[in-house]
Amino acid sequence: MLEINDLHAGIGDKAILRGITLRVNPGEVHAVMGPNGSGKSTLAQVLAGHPAYQVTKGTVTYNGQNLLELDAEVRAQNGIFLAFQYPVEIPGVSIAYFLRSAYNEIRKAKGMEEVDPLEFLDLVEEKLKLVDMDQALLSRSVNQGFSGGEKKRNEIFQMAVLSPRLAILDETDSGLDIDALRIVAEGVNKLRTPENATIIVTHYQRLLNYIVPDFVHVLSGGRIVKSGGKELALELEERGYDWLQGAGAAA
Amino acid sequence: MNEAPARKAARTVASGEKTTTDAAAIVAAAPMAAFRADFDRQPEAPDWVRALRERGMARFQALGFPTMKNEDWHFTSVAPIAERVFRAASVSASGVSSEGSTAGMVANADLERFTFAQPKWHRLVFVNGEFAADLSSFAGLGDSVRVSSLARAIRSGTGRPERHLGKIAAFDQHSFTALNTAFIRDGAFIEIQPEAVLTEPIHLVFVSEGHGESVSHPRNLVVAARHSRATVIESYVSIRDSIYFTNAVTEISLGEGAHLDHYKVQRESESAFHVGTIQVRQARNSELRSFSFAVGGALARTNIYTSLDGEASTCTLNGLYLADGKQHIDNQTSIEHIAPNCPSHEVYKGVLDGRSHGVFNGKVYVHPEAQKTDGKQSNNNLLLSPSARVDTKPQLEIFADDVKCTHGATVGRLDDMAMFYLNSRGIGADRARVLLTYAFAADVLETIELEPLKKQLEEMVLARFAGPT
Repeated sequence: MLEINDLHAGIGDKAILRGITLRVNPGEVHAVMGPNGSGKSTLAQVLAGHPAYQVTKGTVTYNGQNLLELDAEVRAQNGIFLAFQYPVEIPGVSIAYFLRSAYNEIRKAKGMEEVDPLEFLDLVEEKLKLVDMDQALLSRSVNQGFSGGEKKRNEIFQMAVLSPRLAILDETDSGLDIDALRIVAEGVNKLRTPENATIIVTHYQRLLNYIVPDFVHVLSGGRIVKSGGKELALELEERGYDWLQGAGAAA
Repeated sequence: MNEAPARKAARTVASGEKTTTDAAAIVAAAPMAAFRADFDRQPEAPDWVRALRERGMARFQALGFPTMKNEDWHFTSVAPIAERVFRAASVSASGVSSEGSTAGMVANADLERFTFAQPKWHRLVFVNGEFAADLSSFAGLGDSVRVSSLARAIRSGTGRPERHLGKIAAFDQHSFTALNTAFIRDGAFIEIQPEAVLTEPIHLVFVSEGHGESVSHPRNLVVAARHSRATVIESYVSIRDSIYFTNAVTEISLGEGAHLDHYKVQRESESAFHVGTIQVRQARNSELRSFSFAVGGALARTNIYTSLDGEASTCTLNGLYLADGKQHIDNQTSIEHIAPNCPSHEVYKGVLDGRSHGVFNGKVYVHPEAQKTDGKQSNNNLLLSPSARVDTKPQLEIFADDVKCTHGATVGRLDDMAMFYLNSRGIGADRARVLLTYAFAADVLETIELEPLKKQLEEMVLARFAGPT
C-alpha cells in the first residue's frame, strides 16, 4: 500500500528526515516511535502533504502512485488521513459543515453523488457514538474552545466519517487522560479492517496497550534505527531511547 | 487569524478634540462653479430651507473638500471626487418630474435584485436622489407612523421637519455634510409616533441610474418618538456601472426609550463615489442597533456618528466591508458618551482583496459626566492579497474616571495551518479559501437581527468570495 524509500525531507535548509525506508501493507498497524525532534511528526506531515516541507531525496509510492506529486487534498481524496497532533481551530465553520464539505469533496473525487445535510446527519450519528461525542458538538465551530481530549476525539470522529485507507495518527495520545485515551483507542480499533492500514506516531508506549501494533519502528536523527514487533515498544518503555541514539548516529 | 504587525494607530489621549481646518483645501474652480451654478438653480423653497442651504453652501466654500492633513481623512484622499465636475442629478439627467414619476428610467424589475424579495416591507425609492412615487409602496403603514418624501414635507410643512433638519448633522466641520445641506431637497422623512411598534421594516432605496457624471444629495430625517420601535434600511444601489457621486446625510432622533434598528447597505457601482453620514442623537433609555454593510464604490466613505445624550441609552455599531480591485472603502464611526451608564458595542470587520484599501476609524469619546460607561470596540481585518491594504485606527478618548472601555484591532491573513487542515481533509485550496474567508465575515453578519436581510447578505458575501464560477 505504502512504500517509502530513502526519504529525505526538511524545512528550508534544515534537514529533518535523512533516509526513511518503510513498507506498510493493508491490514497492518505500524507504530513509529522516537524521542522529541527525531522527525516523527515531520514524517506524518510529509505523508499528508504539508506544503512547508520539501522532499529533497527519495520516493513515496501509495497504491502504485507517486504520492509526492499529489496535493494534500488529492491525497485525502485518495484515502490518506492525518489525525493532527495539534488540531486547528477554525472559528466560524461548524463541524457539520466542515466535515460534510470534506465528505462530499472526497465523494466528488470518486465520481459519486454528494449527500445533503440530512443524509449526512444520519450517516454521522453512528460515528459520534464511536467516540462518545454529543451531537450538539456538530454545530460548534471546528475545535474552537475544545479541551485537548475533545480535539483528539474530534480527529478520530472525522477519521471514522471519512473512512480512510491509510490513517496516520500523530501523537494522538498526547494530552489525553486515561478515559479519553481508551475511547480514542477503541475508536481506532473498531475502524481497523483487513483493507486499511494505520501508522501511529507516538512518543510513549501507553497507547500501544490499547492499539496493538504489528510493527514498531524507532526513529532517531531522521532515520529508522530499529524495527521490531510489539515487544520493542515495551523495551523502549523500560529502557528509554538513549541506548538507541548512538545507533542513529552510526547508521 | 494570524496577527500581523498592522498599520494601526491606537491612542488614548486626554486632550480636547481638534479638527483641523486646512486652509489649502480650496475647491478647484471648475467643480466649484458647477456646485455654485446648481445651487443657484435650485427650485424655490420656504425661507427656512433657503437659509439652511445658504449656511451649508457658505460653510462648504469655507471648508473646501478635506485633505489628508485633516485627521478625519488621514487615510483617504478625496481628490477623485474633488477634482471632478459633478452636475446635480436633477438638472443634468434626471427624468423625475415633480410628481415623482420616474418616466420609465427605472422600472420595478430593475429594483428586484436590491429589495431582498420582501414585498411586505414598506419601500421608498429615490432615483438620483428624488422620490419616485411609482416605485414606492408604503400605504399599509397606518397612523402610527408618518412617512413622506422630504420634498413633500418641505412643501406642505407637514410634520415640521425644520424642528430637526440640520440640527442633528453638524456641518460646521464636515464638508460633505455642509455640501449636502446646501442641496437639501429630497429624501425620506419618517416620523414614528410615541409607543408605535412597526412590524415591517421601512426600506429606503437610493438608485443611481447613472447617466452623465452626476451628484445627488439625499437627505433623510428619522424622528422616533418615545418608546417606539422600528427598523429602517438604507440601500444605495445603481442599475448600471457608471461614474456618479452620492453624498447622503441621514439625521436620526431617538426619543426616550425608542428603539431603532438601522441598516445601511452600500452597493454602489464600482466606478461610483459615495459619502454617507448617519448622525444620531439618543435620549434616555433609547437603543440604536446599527449595521453597515459596504461592498460598492470606487471610493466610499460611511460615517456613523451617535451621541448618547440620555442616561442608560445604548448603541451597537457593527459593520462589514469587502473590497476588491482598486476599491477604497472607508468607515468612520463616532460614539459620544455624554450621559452616564451607557453601554456601547462595536464590531467592524473588513476583507480586502486585490489592490483594495480599507480604512476603519472608530472614535469613542467619553465625556467627564459619562461615568459607568461600558464601551467595547473591535476591528478585525483579513487581507487576501499582498497588495491589499488596511489602515485601522481605534481611538478612545476618556475624560471620566469610572469607566470600562476596551478596544482592539487586528490585521491578518488566512491562516496557513487552517488551510492545510482543510486540505488534509480533501478540501481543495480554492474551496478552503472561500470557506475560511466566509467564516471570518460570518460572525459579524450573524449579529443582524433582521432574518431575511441576514440570509441574503450571507448569500451575497458567499457568492462574492466564491467568485465567478
